[in-house]
Amino acid sequence: MAAPPLPPPDPQFVLRGAQSAVHTLHFCEGAQGQGRPLLLSGSLRGLVHIWSLQTRRVVATLDGHGGQCVTWLQTLPQGPQLLSQGRDLKLCVWDLAEGRNAVVDSVLLESVGFCRGSVLAGGLQRWLLAVPGRGSDEVQILEMPSKTSVCSLKPEAQARLGMPMCLQLWQADSSPRPLLLAGYEDGSVALWDVSSRKVCSRVSCHTEPVMGLDFDSQEARGVSGSAEKALAVWSLDEQQALQVRGTHVLTNPGIADVKIRPDRKILATAGWDHRVRVFHWRTMKPLAVLAFHSATVHCVAFADDGLLATGSGDQRISVWSLYPCT
Amino acid sequence: MDPEVSAVRLTVWEAVHILSSSEDGGRIFCTLGSLKRYLGATENPALPEEQEEFVRIHFSTFLRCLVSKLSPDWLELLPDGQMEELWASFFLEGPADQAFLVLMESIEGAASPSFCLMKMAQLLARFLSVGRMAAVMEGQCRQQAGPAFPLLQETLLTKVVGLPDRLGNRLQRENLATFLPQNYFPLLGEEVLRVLQVVVDSLRARCTLMALPPSPSCPRWPGLLRLLPVSGPGESLRPRETEAPVCFPSEEVLGVLVPRLTVLTQGSCLWQRVCWCLVERVPDWAMEAVLKGFVEAAPGPEVLSRLLGNVVTKSKKAQFVMTRKLLFLQYSCTMPMLQSLLGYLAMDSQRRSLLMQALKELLETWGSSSAIRHVPLVQQRYVSKAILICLAHLGEAELRDSRDELLASLMEGVKSRLDSSLPPVRRLGMIVAEVASARIHPEGPPLKFQYEEDELTREMLALAMPRPAADGPSEAGPSFAPVSGETPDRETVDRSGPQTGPEGSDSELDSDDEFVPYDMSVDREQRSSKAPSYVRGCLEALTGSEDWERWEAALWALEGLIFRSPAATQEVSVELAKVLLHLEEKTAVVGFEGLRQRALVALTVTDPARVAEYLTTQFYALNYSLRQRMDILDVLTLAAQELSRPGRLGKAPQRGSPDPGSQPGGAVVPAWRAVVEERVRRKTRRFSKGSAGRAPAVGPNEFNSVAGYFFFPLLQHFDRPLVTFDLLGDDQLVLGRLAHTLGALMYLAVNTTVAVPMGKALLEFVWALRFHGDAYVRQGLLSAVSAVLLSVPAERLLADLLDELLEARSWLGDVAEKDPDKDCRLLAVKALLLLEKLRDKLLPLSSP
Repeated sequence: MAAPPLPPPDPQFVLRGAQSAVHTLHFCEGAQGQGRPLLLSGSLRGLVHIWSLQTRRVVATLDGHGGQCVTWLQTLPQGPQLLSQGRDLKLCVWDLAEGRNAVVDSVLLESVGFCRGSVLAGGLQRWLLAVPGRGSDEVQILEMPSKTSVCSLKPEAQARLGMPMCLQLWQADSSPRPLLLAGYEDGSVALWDVSSRKVCSRVSCHTEPVMGLDFDSQEARGVSGSAEKALAVWSLDEQQALQVRGTHVLTNPGIADVKIRPDRKILATAGWDHRVRVFHWRTMKPLAVLAFHSATVHCVAFADDGLLATGSGDQRISVWSLYPCT
Repeated sequence: MDPEVSAVRLTVWEAVHILSSSEDGGRIFCTLGSLKRYLGATENPALPEEQEEFVRIHFSTFLRCLVSKLSPDWLELLPDGQMEELWASFFLEGPADQAFLVLMESIEGAASPSFCLMKMAQLLARFLSVGRMAAVMEGQCRQQAGPAFPLLQETLLTKVVGLPDRLGNRLQRENLATFLPQNYFPLLGEEVLRVLQVVVDSLRARCTLMALPPSPSCPRWPGLLRLLPVSGPGESLRPRETEAPVCFPSEEVLGVLVPRLTVLTQGSCLWQRVCWCLVERVPDWAMEAVLKGFVEAAPGPEVLSRLLGNVVTKSKKAQFVMTRKLLFLQYSCTMPMLQSLLGYLAMDSQRRSLLMQALKELLETWGSSSAIRHVPLVQQRYVSKAILICLAHLGEAELRDSRDELLASLMEGVKSRLDSSLPPVRRLGMIVAEVASARIHPEGPPLKFQYEEDELTREMLALAMPRPAADGPSEAGPSFAPVSGETPDRETVDRSGPQTGPEGSDSELDSDDEFVPYDMSVDREQRSSKAPSYVRGCLEALTGSEDWERWEAALWALEGLIFRSPAATQEVSVELAKVLLHLEEKTAVVGFEGLRQRALVALTVTDPARVAEYLTTQFYALNYSLRQRMDILDVLTLAAQELSRPGRLGKAPQRGSPDPGSQPGGAVVPAWRAVVEERVRRKTRRFSKGSAGRAPAVGPNEFNSVAGYFFFPLLQHFDRPLVTFDLLGDDQLVLGRLAHTLGALMYLAVNTTVAVPMGKALLEFVWALRFHGDAYVRQGLLSAVSAVLLSVPAERLLADLLDELLEARSWLGDVAEKDPDKDCRLLAVKALLLLEKLRDKLLPLSSP
């Protein structure tokens, strides 16, 4: 006899007070090695909240997007610098060091889409930034902080990929060439070689636009979610060719975001059906369905210590501790 | 007169005289010995002319004389059984046909049981065992057919074939094993083969001698050729007076012959030709049995082609049997038989036109609407399979030549099949149409139907695949049948099968145990939370709303709401029924039909009288589709079922309770109640534990008061056609549904007061339609009759419905015997059984 399954877990705690739908979440290490990391959230009303996970209160509120939705938050490893992308077509660089919260730089974006940017931190002070470009199907690669446009990746005209929907820059351990994974509107995922500006490989894994993807560069395996009822797992072989490994059918359609936990054990998806689903990354075995939110879940984020935060249209951020990292 | 001739005659006379008068063993022995000279077996044989005369004229007479002398005393005239040996030698060494005839004759003439009879029977057994039967046949082959011969031959054949029966009849319990059909006919087959071997050998000798190509017409063997067919339909020749068990000699003879011939004809042209001649000269009346036997015993089309040659093009009868009888009139052939039959037709250019012809006729039969209605389903399946096999054999070019004709009859057939109300018939139509259209018109747009896959469809689709040109194992004959090619394949498949599995389980193996999944039962289809909370809200959402999520949510919530608030529902019941009946599937809602139907059923159950009245009037109204009309019927049946369910009231809300996921309030109540009850139970001390079990739910049949609303309006207008709805014409599918529904309503009205008038009306309805051409309608009527018998109390049946019952009874008897549809026959038998039971129930009441 199998033991009855564990009852569905409850969130460890819930952060209220964002006062509008939470669209993006990001964990960042607290300054000077404070015990617990900080959680950053971007809201529909254009505010970025910085939450202390210790006090579970807002530490600071940043307002730099003129009331337009903040879609992406990312901190840079060197120095407490924060990138925030908003729907006001601006990407701001904040300096958070020593309690400061001022915009030190900003990049004007030319795409009105929902596509989130991606960062590849290379050398000490230089990093690559990928953002949707001017043409509707373009991805622009900038070198920061000089903001010089390195190139713009434009698929061949007859490919008809549509707009890029999600981006991820990464670099294989073995080679210095930066690579970009991009999910497109037509449901395909493409791997770009940024330096040669060519598509290495492309695989159609969804019939609906790809809404989110995450890539495990050690196992050369990635996962993507789309507006349809399935998650796709794909892999990259030595010839840089993408192959669909399998699809996992979900109960309800619509995945807004997918994240793999940094220790590559589990992954979480943000569902339009108000639920967060947790899978075992290697086997894709469903582990849990977190039915806490009462509106679309927009984003999920993992902290390095395994904490999971989910942000939803119900203005709440829930924080979960599942399958603790060993 | 020639002195030599008379010398023979004199000798025979003298011998006969001595035999009949003398008691001296030595003298008789000498006489018999002298006569043996004429058989040419001794060291100084008589002259050939003398031998011939003896054999032709005197042999039979002499044998009869010998038979008449047979007695225990006579045989003991000489010691050591010498006399018997000598006596028997005449039968065994003389001309076999005459000896055989005399033996049979005397066996039949002898008194039974007697010494004589047993001796003769033993002699006959010996006769058979030393292979004299081959000599009988060989003798027939060699003889020149004279004017008197056919008659003698007939007699001979009759005796040869009827031997098991005759002997069985004469010897009764003392019958010898040799004469049993299962032993005798294989022996006969062996003998035929031996004769054939002789024939072939002589032909071969002649060919080598004359250095000529073997010509099939050279040997004279009409006798032998006729033996074969005669041995086929044993029944037709079996004397009337025999009572031997029915046996099928053709199977047994051919069962020996065909495998041997298969091997023999494999490399030898001569054997093939002999075989062809053999088949070609089979008389017409025996052709069917022989050909069927060949088709049955041959392991494949190649063998069949080798054995039969082009007999179908040479003999009209053979053609009829092969292309019509086995395809259209009978449907008993197994699939391998059909495969080899059609494959045989396809193997030779001369026969291919026949195959084409057969395909055309098959398609015509397949498509004929009257055949669809009157031919049993098994045969329809058979014809369909035959069509698929034909198509697999015919080439592209051949099909193109007669494409128009084929397509015309195919389309005709598809149309009439899809019109049928029986699902298996429709399915056959779909499968054949898909395959045939793809073959006949490969360039055209492919036909594609939706049907469920099952055993039959897979079998049929496999038939449509073209067979490999030659299959080795069947060529090699039955002596060794290696299937070596298959076994390793299967093994590799088996091995590769699990290999895919371990990949998953392998990684599972070292999978971390800490990842125990949580309960995921909350993960279900998400529904919009905007569902209306009142029935009226649903009504509004379903009619006016452009908000499709709300519309969908209303549809989902409706059934539960109806059950929860019956009073509110009754206020708007008819209006809601109207809306639901006209509801169209505007968005792709999963399970739309089911939701709508459940809501309608709930509505009808809540307010039966008004809603049922509305629905039944709408059934005969003008502007409805057939689908809607059938929905009405379904809803009425389901609602009646729900209403008549005993103990319904206590459980009714349970069905309507919404699932806990979407509406949290609903789930809480039962849990709370369970907790309280549990607490009460724990804190309460009971002094007796009696009657813990719950009594079965009881209550009045709620259907009682409203059955009339459901039933009678449906009967009113069925014979009045509308512009859009003609039950007695094209819309027989709905009529069939109507009949089934009425039967169901009748059945559900058991124990109600209205059952008797309902039964009466229903029997009238059945009576009016009893000769309907559609099997589905008839099935409905028959089940309605059964429902009447079950629901109306027996006394009332006899009192009020006696005449109708008697009429129905004779009709049921007819249907049970003659109806082409199997299900109809079955239903009729069931109804008849119910009638019987009814009678049994009444008899004990009246008899004492």
